[in-house]
Amino acid sequence: MNPTDTTNRPGVSIASVGAQSTGTTKPDAADPVMELSGVSVYYGAYEAVRDTSMPIQEKQITAMIGPSGCGKSTILRSLNRMNDLIPGARVSGAVTYHGQDLYAKDVDPIEVRRRIGMVFQKPNPFPKSIYDNVAYGPRVTGMQVASMDDLVEKALRDAALWDEVKDKLKTSGLALSGGQQQRLCIARTIAVRPEIILMDEPCSALDPIATAKIEDLMAELSNDYTIVIVTHNMQQAARVSHHTAFFTAELDERQERHGRLVEFSQTGKLFTNPADKRTEDYITGRFG
Amino acid sequence: MSTSTSNAGSAAGSALRRGRRRPVDSTVRVLLVAAALVSVATTIGIVIALVQPTIGFFQQVSVVEFITGTSWTPTFAQKAYGVLPLVAATLTVTGVALTIAVPLGLGSAIYLSEYANPGTRKVLKPIIELLAGVPTVVYGFVALFALNPLLQKWWPTDDGPAFQNLLIAGIAMGIMIVPTIASISEDSMAAVPRSLREGAYALASTKMQVSTRVVVPAAMSGIVAAVVLGISRAVGETMIVTIAGGLTSDRIVLNPLEGAATMTAFIANISSGDIPVGSLDYDSVFAVGALLFLITFALNAVSIRMVRRFREVYE
Repeated sequence: MNPTDTTNRPGVSIASVGAQSTGTTKPDAADPVMELSGVSVYYGAYEAVRDTSMPIQEKQITAMIGPSGCGKSTILRSLNRMNDLIPGARVSGAVTYHGQDLYAKDVDPIEVRRRIGMVFQKPNPFPKSIYDNVAYGPRVTGMQVASMDDLVEKALRDAALWDEVKDKLKTSGLALSGGQQQRLCIARTIAVRPEIILMDEPCSALDPIATAKIEDLMAELSNDYTIVIVTHNMQQAARVSHHTAFFTAELDERQERHGRLVEFSQTGKLFTNPADKRTEDYITGRFG
Repeated sequence: MSTSTSNAGSAAGSALRRGRRRPVDSTVRVLLVAAALVSVATTIGIVIALVQPTIGFFQQVSVVEFITGTSWTPTFAQKAYGVLPLVAATLTVTGVALTIAVPLGLGSAIYLSEYANPGTRKVLKPIIELLAGVPTVVYGFVALFALNPLLQKWWPTDDGPAFQNLLIAGIAMGIMIVPTIASISEDSMAAVPRSLREGAYALASTKMQVSTRVVVPAAMSGIVAAVVLGISRAVGETMIVTIAGGLTSDRIVLNPLEGAATMTAFIANISSGDIPVGSLDYDSVFAVGALLFLITFALNAVSIRMVRRFREVYE
């Protein structure tokens, strides 16, 4: 497969609007807030994901789906330079944010992560009080805040957690249930007022009720934030996202697995009228 | 070996038979239980050995005099049995040692756990732990004959450190317990889940902020356990303070530049002297020993509780 393959495929065009029976639509802004062009991620000599090009639209939810090992989480972590933390990880191609290449030499990864936050698969609140978990980001980034109490309250309200924890802000974040912990992690992320929130399978450790709460929250948050979510749950992608990218893993001539982007389009179109046979096989196979 | 294995026909049946390896198993079991019991028996033996002379001591000296007296002179003509000078010297040396060992130990632990790359850590950690293997008599000797002359030479005022003093003994002891604090703290920092570090990095933390605001607090009970263990090593350490710490015990010495006898130094000194068994002097050694035993026992108990609590947090 050559690098231009993906971008030339008809289904990849974000302008194409198909029949909309699933997914939500929202008009795209003139320019995407982020753009990946020809992005490959390497771990040492191993190319984990090949040649990914796709836009991230402002204040929309972009979902990345695909089987295990297809590189969707790897691509997600390249969007705020979390891959920097893995020794030997390297990114080629361009990840641009408002036109700025995030991997340019003079870019500070700390500043990148202040604007592009992340919520992880397993809730990971710090072993601190609920209040201190939320106040952590504003404190370390030296945010000028008039009242930390107000900021913490607003973040917890925005994460739909305030009513459940307002009387126990001093208790440990670890004492909450899994779903509450994940909403605490979302509150902690939005407390630093990022522009983009990356979510790496945020519901995979949660029960259906907690999952539904997080999904409602994502829809709410997309009014103010751009969200990119990796999920192994296709129904979830269909329910919450505006755009969907389908990744798969392919074997090359030396029998090595590489993730690649197969199709990117509006969610409704991708799920009802996929342009690529592989997308269709994956979706129908899963839905049975 | 045995007749049952020589016969191929009965081999399959005899393999199921009970008791072929059991004699070996039960012998091993007895040996292992005995090995475990030795340390228990030793502890009980020490307590018993301490109790009788200690009771003898307190029949002649009141507990109040022992605990509140400010002079300890069992070998003088004018005898006094107030243990406070020994306790004060022990606390002073321990305080100096911690002032050195906590920053150095924690600093090394943070460096090893958060900053050093895996190759460097693999080389450095065993080297730091090797420090723990240096005999304490070497620390004492180096303190007295190498470090203290330097300290005296560089001291800005005239009333510098004495030939033997608590400061130099404390410094040497601090260096001695650095590996204890560094190694155990590093273990507990390494046990902090990677996901917490990632969460902190994703909130735009610098490496320093991740280390000091997330990793260190999350590893705090392990770090406290390491420090408590360091304290209990310092309180029980004998050789350094005997060589470099001084012998004064007739008054409470608060100036670390002077020499003074710690509890352990007193015991070491008096025991190597010529005291009649059963005398009050002899019993006084056991009374101080019993107090020392109580203190280190309490510290170890605290440390074990801390370590247990720290294990429970993430498992």
